[in-house]
Amino acid sequence: MTENSHPEADSIEHAPGDDDTDHSGSILSYTVGLIFALLLTGASFIVSQTHLLWAPGVAAGLAVLGIAQMGVHLVFFLHISTGRDNTNNVVALTFGLLIVTLIMSGSLWIMANLNMNMVPPSAIMEMQR
Amino acid sequence: MNAPSTAADFAEPSIPLSARGPAPVRIVVAYGFWIFLLSDIIMFSALFASYAVLSGQTAGGPSGHDLFELRHVGIETLCLLFSSYTCGLGVLAVERRRMKGFYVAFALTFVLGATFLGLEVSEFARMIGQGAGPSRSAFLSAFFSLVGLHGVHVSIGLLWMCFMTGQITVRGPLDFVRRRLLCFSLFWHALDIIWVALLTMVYLMGAR
Repeated sequence: MTENSHPEADSIEHAPGDDDTDHSGSILSYTVGLIFALLLTGASFIVSQTHLLWAPGVAAGLAVLGIAQMGVHLVFFLHISTGRDNTNNVVALTFGLLIVTLIMSGSLWIMANLNMNMVPPSAIMEMQR
Repeated sequence: MNAPSTAADFAEPSIPLSARGPAPVRIVVAYGFWIFLLSDIIMFSALFASYAVLSGQTAGGPSGHDLFELRHVGIETLCLLFSSYTCGLGVLAVERRRMKGFYVAFALTFVLGATFLGLEVSEFARMIGQGAGPSRSAFLSAFFSLVGLHGVHVSIGLLWMCFMTGQITVRGPLDFVRRRLLCFSLFWHALDIIWVALLTMVYLMGAR
């Protein structure tokens, strides 16, 4: 094997984080990713600080911007794509996302319910009397 | 080459997939590390969930609105974003055998990562100095464990960066060194993704 070649460059699988077959577009990919990430971060800071937006909607807006930025990082920095050679990485990512969603939404849902059904501290004091 | 099958065999379309043998080592190693990173993200999601549940329980103490300084957090974010960028460029430089470029990129990555860590430690010290330590309220316990664990990851990343730079200097850009470098860059980029979630959920939503 030659020292300089990229041995798995044209194989049917693709390692996460590895860049494309030729390296010519890679610096461009990182730069585009950085610009997108900076724009989205700036937008998040502006959205969180401004008073021009309808206040109850700001949290949803921030969540959308944050998720968009995570997508930018996955595509441009970790080079996760929808290509044929990337299937295994995407399947693993999807399973991870499923577990993350279950943990987050499940905890919030259950704890909100428990919180609603909890006896207020003043009532407990009454019972102990 | 120590891979069980050659890359040329593996890519040959005329050989059926089942007869091509195991995938090249670089792909197997990076895939395994990718699965580790996903499990790490799942661990973080448990801490995120507990923070989301506890963020309102300040026990009469200071809330995020009183404690967070967004300018400080903005500088931290810029440090991490640019360090992710320079880390990517450093790995590319090694693939192209431009060793000088690698050293410059990784030195920048290290400085940016260390700046981030320093800012975070100074923020923690300021909060503890104000009497808002992790034992003050459930909100602060959740905050310190979540943000602190990310900080621990960054510290491990900085150590790993030093080891990798040493290994490249001593052993040169051999296959196994480049595989480790790929894993390191995956780790560093994943930390950035977790920081985006932290920034949005903890700081930007909490400072309102």
